[in-house]
Amino acid sequence: MIPELGHYALVLALGLALVQASVPLYGARTNDPVLMSVAGPTALAQFGFVAIAFGALVACYVTSDFSVVNVFENSHSAKPLIYKITGVWGNHEGSMMLWVLILSVFGALVALFGANLPARLKANVLAVQSWIASTFYLFILLTSNPFLRLSPAPLEGRDLNPILQDPGLAIHPPLLYLGYVGLSISFSFAIAALIEGRIDAAWARWVRPWTLLAWMFLTLGIAMGSYWAYYTLGWGGWWFWDPVENASLMPWIAGTALLHSAVVMEKREALKVWTILLAILAFSLSLIGTFLVRSGVLTSVHAFASDPMRGVFILMILILFIGGGLALFALRAPVLKQGGLFAPVSREGALVLNNLFLVSACAAVFYGTLYPLALEAVTGSKISVGAPFFNATFGPLFLPLLIAAPFGPLLAWKRGDLLGVAQRLLGAATLAVIVIAVTFAAEGGGPILVPFAFGLAAFVITGAVTDLIERTALLKVSPRIAFARARGLPRSTWGTALAHLGLGVTLLGIVGETQLGAERIAEIKPGQSISLRHYDLHFDGLANREGPNYRELVGTFTVSRNGEPIGVMQPSKRSFPSRGTATSEQALMTRGAGQLYLALGEPNPDGSVAVRLYHKPLVLLIWLGAVVMVIGGGLSLSDRRLRVGAPRPAKSQAAMQPAE
Amino acid sequence: MHIVRSIVLALTLLTATTAFAVQPDEVLPDPALEARARSLSKELRCMVCQNQSIDDSDAPLARDLRLLVRERMKEGDSDSQIVDFLVARYGEFVLLKPRLAPHTILLWFGPPAVLVGGAFALLLMARRRSRRNTTATMPAGGELTPAEEARLAKLLKPE
Repeated sequence: MIPELGHYALVLALGLALVQASVPLYGARTNDPVLMSVAGPTALAQFGFVAIAFGALVACYVTSDFSVVNVFENSHSAKPLIYKITGVWGNHEGSMMLWVLILSVFGALVALFGANLPARLKANVLAVQSWIASTFYLFILLTSNPFLRLSPAPLEGRDLNPILQDPGLAIHPPLLYLGYVGLSISFSFAIAALIEGRIDAAWARWVRPWTLLAWMFLTLGIAMGSYWAYYTLGWGGWWFWDPVENASLMPWIAGTALLHSAVVMEKREALKVWTILLAILAFSLSLIGTFLVRSGVLTSVHAFASDPMRGVFILMILILFIGGGLALFALRAPVLKQGGLFAPVSREGALVLNNLFLVSACAAVFYGTLYPLALEAVTGSKISVGAPFFNATFGPLFLPLLIAAPFGPLLAWKRGDLLGVAQRLLGAATLAVIVIAVTFAAEGGGPILVPFAFGLAAFVITGAVTDLIERTALLKVSPRIAFARARGLPRSTWGTALAHLGLGVTLLGIVGETQLGAERIAEIKPGQSISLRHYDLHFDGLANREGPNYRELVGTFTVSRNGEPIGVMQPSKRSFPSRGTATSEQALMTRGAGQLYLALGEPNPDGSVAVRLYHKPLVLLIWLGAVVMVIGGGLSLSDRRLRVGAPRPAKSQAAMQPAE
Repeated sequence: MHIVRSIVLALTLLTATTAFAVQPDEVLPDPALEARARSLSKELRCMVCQNQSIDDSDAPLARDLRLLVRERMKEGDSDSQIVDFLVARYGEFVLLKPRLAPHTILLWFGPPAVLVGGAFALLLMARRRSRRNTTATMPAGGELTPAEEARLAKLLKPE
């Protein structure tokens, strides 16, 4: 009964979506307020029905109803409750349900918080949003229905892929989808603007918070996925340039570019056409990401789906939205009026430069990810594109961004003074040079790039701090006044500084992990020790342990540093009888911003076991930087001028508002 | 400065960069040769895996290739000789960084072309705009009218 209820709710959601996709659009054309106002309630009702459908699927999983094919294939009655729930989106059908659930959440949010949007814009936005929703409901109902029954019902399920039985699955896909799908709002706004043929600074003010929100989720989702891969996959890498990772990185880069260009559009009414194009591209890349992962076009660690019917359907969705969006853009963009002149050296100019390099870096990822597929489809010859290619192309295109990041926020709008900004960054540059010199001296003849990488990280971090020091005049006035000025600074200024700071922190982590890390591979018996740098790990022994739906072999290692015991590390090997598969659980010990990472190999007949021990200095900064970026985004989002759906002027100007 | 100090500390203890699936019995006694083998292994694909280098992979094929790379290095082959040998044996699929060839020109020059094309488009747009502005509003002598001077001053005044 419950699966049928969910199925039916999904069909009703499709019906509602079709109404919402057409009626408000017609209303906007004929200027009929009644027809336009249909959009709001249908968006809310759509959310209601999708929530019922999703809830029904969750209920099937929680009660282990194996008469439902999807539950039978991906669940097990002995699985802990949390993995029963997260298992809902650990497979193709369920993850598409999560996709549409989040899509309907965003639609409902626009309906709820878009009260001050112009009626026509709101109607068009929600209609476009519903086009997307309709195609995805159809996709689920026709090719990926999670509510199909199985008769007779099996007694036990096949269980979820053990590698996915991890808290990471509870957090990573929802965050990533919130990001992917959140970009659909920017897309809908862009298409709505093209339909109306009108766009202004107010439009950018409405779009920017949504983009920012999606960007924050995407940032967290990618960082979370990276950390998950780091601690799960057992060889200590945190980014593999895997096509599935690239699929999430591309919308992130495009979204970052969109955020920056929307600033120019909001403040200066320039770059309108470009911002619209970026909004279309960012969501297109999200769709391509979904396509890459879901169509089975690549079979990688992440991909579980492979069915040509699905692939063709998703390809049609891609052609419809990307092709349609770009065609509409080509048709209508010339109508949009450009405004806002600026000199090449100005804040606008810096943001244009940022966009140019971000888009090029995004193109490097795009080419590297899709070129092998295209080449194989066209000529049949197979090539591999992996990390060495991306390091050689993405790196050089991203480097100028890092160097320029501290300059941008310090430049004035319209016409900037590059020399003046360079002078203000003298402190940051000096510190960078000191870092280079010190690391160079300490390294004594290693690769020349390492000191410069550290210097660059120091420059990006102190550059972001310099921006705040300059704006609060910390070094020029008394601390009390500086504090008052700091409080008076717009939150979006803090947001920018923190986001750039986070970038520097991530860079520092990357450089630290890749350049300073050390490893030890050894075969040891109980009673022996393995040491790396000043850490000694004494192997106490192996023991068997029983988990809820697995058995594990646990190694116990006592860790001491310079002879002082500091803790115990327990890596293990788990075997899951229901699937006949095994996973390894690595042991991590955090030391400051670095970590000790211990992975257990297969035990040998003579009682010895192969272990891999890594020391990864500064590694946590990689993800900490992402968190700092997201906090920056959150501060910016809470800025009065940008609050979601509330772009009203302030009642009074703050007394301490500094010049920007 | 705390970070700097820990960096210095860590650097003095620097031994090797991170790496992965190499087994204890594979490691060469000569650290320099081993380091070379590791960095070359990172450029070679484990053909039975999804997007993993032979250095990352636990697959038996990857182990065979790692041993092969080390064997040939011990015999004195250069990196490019080893790569040529592997390409002759397994095809270009084994390289994680494809060689520049007619069929990979688009791949290698695509991203820089976006950068150069974008920069060129920007330049063109800036020139067109400035020319349009010059011809439309400037008097013949190239000097500004007093009204324009005032407007310019207003525009240039910081916010």
